[in-house]
Amino acid sequence: MLAACGHEHGEARYPGVVKAALQSPGEKIEVPPPPFTEGAFPCSDCHDPSLPVNRERRKLEMAHQEIVLQHDEEHRWCLDCHSAENRDKLHLASGELVDFTESYRLCGQCHGDKHRDWRAGVHGRRIGQWNGHKSYLLCVHCHSSHAPKFEPKPPQPAPVRPEALGRGVVR
Amino acid sequence: MTKTTPSRREFLCALGGCAAAATAAGCSDLTHTSWFRSAFRELGDDEKKAIVADLEREHAVKYGKPVKVGTEGPLPDVEFGYALDISRCIGCRRCVYSCVDENNQSRDPQLHWIRVLEMDKEKGIDFAHANAYYEAEKVPRDGHFYLPVACQQCRNAPCVRACPVGATWMEKDGIVVIDYDWCIGCRCCMSACPYGARHFNYGEPHVPPEQLNPDTHYLGNRPRTKGVVEKCTFCIQRVRKGRYPACVEVCPVGARKFGNLLDPDSEVRYVLEHKRVYVLKAELNTRPKFFYFYGL
Ligand code: SF4
Repeated sequence: MLAACGHEHGEARYPGVVKAALQSPGEKIEVPPPPFTEGAFPCSDCHDPSLPVNRERRKLEMAHQEIVLQHDEEHRWCLDCHSAENRDKLHLASGELVDFTESYRLCGQCHGDKHRDWRAGVHGRRIGQWNGHKSYLLCVHCHSSHAPKFEPKPPQPAPVRPEALGRGVVR
Repeated sequence: MTKTTPSRREFLCALGGCAAAATAAGCSDLTHTSWFRSAFRELGDDEKKAIVADLEREHAVKYGKPVKVGTEGPLPDVEFGYALDISRCIGCRRCVYSCVDENNQSRDPQLHWIRVLEMDKEKGIDFAHANAYYEAEKVPRDGHFYLPVACQQCRNAPCVRACPVGATWMEKDGIVVIDYDWCIGCRCCMSACPYGARHFNYGEPHVPPEQLNPDTHYLGNRPRTKGVVEKCTFCIQRVRKGRYPACVEVCPVGARKFGNLLDPDSEVRYVLEHKRVYVLKAELNTRPKFFYFYGL
């Protein structure tokens, strides 16, 4: 990824990031397990590798009907990310297979700027110590891979107005 | 201490004599350490220990459970900084209430260290038309963006200069703190702060014992009393032990970033070096260590 696009120019522009990537070349980033729907993984339990694969883009009718793709759906389709050869893996544009625990590499192909910020701990959430061990969340812990835009959520209650606190003055 | 500026101890002694003041009826619950002592900054380790032991006893009686009052000092080579991504904040106020829980802010009367301002996208950052009292079924609301404001931890802090008794100061790691036992409640700091970040306990603060966070720091979230000023300390009780502030951990969109400004590999430094960053009311030359940025 960062290494593949050549670190010389990257190092000059983003010293911190590339350094972080260089400290662990090819090493996986520590993340909690991917948030699979219960019972969904391994996919090969249902997608028997001996069965023929229908690669045609179509409305799903036998399974996964609940998935409504809202992620560049005009151009994308299951097998752009999921591997047809090995159902338990994802694949990059190059054809390289990646585990679900490394799905950030797949997302990073299109969302390079977010991927870069994420590696630096600036896009998304990190858990741990500011001066010590940190672990990352996968993109899919916060964003649904099939509909990544956040849904609006109810806010917590507005503060009590100062008048109502009995002070009789607005701050 | 020169003769012309009597210390608090000398002043109290002059009022009625040390022995008399300490034993006077009605004052018997005043512990020696909380009244007849120097400002926290000037204390030796032994004095600190004695004071903290007294406080822990008092709090344990009041809340019916053990309460720890820490005195951890600043870590070497650390200056804390904070960065908040206003292109991501959705105004959900999760940070406000996690701060209340972590830092033992009074539930009734209500007191909040973080205020989330709703602003019009069309107007841009415009405090005159900002609204902290927005109610909505869902956030973010169309056409609006959100700007949470708490203490900006200024390097050139007007509040520190305004305090007539030296009850508030900046620590070596950059956290502006208050000694609640030294604060006289004059509220000069509140009128000096251009961010409305300081809050006064007009009434007796109330935190239900079962909700009290017992892991406290002397200069941070220990229980306060009526008549003192309080504000955000970057969660001093957490960050001096390497943890992130509570608001950083709770924010559902990851808008809040925290770390050491002196560490070139920290998250805040990355933000400062690679993002569009600004500070609130820069024209006042307060030099905040709280930065806002556009992450998108
Ligand atoms: S928790 Fe995060 S998104 Fe919600 S109001 Fe606070 S900063 Fe904004």
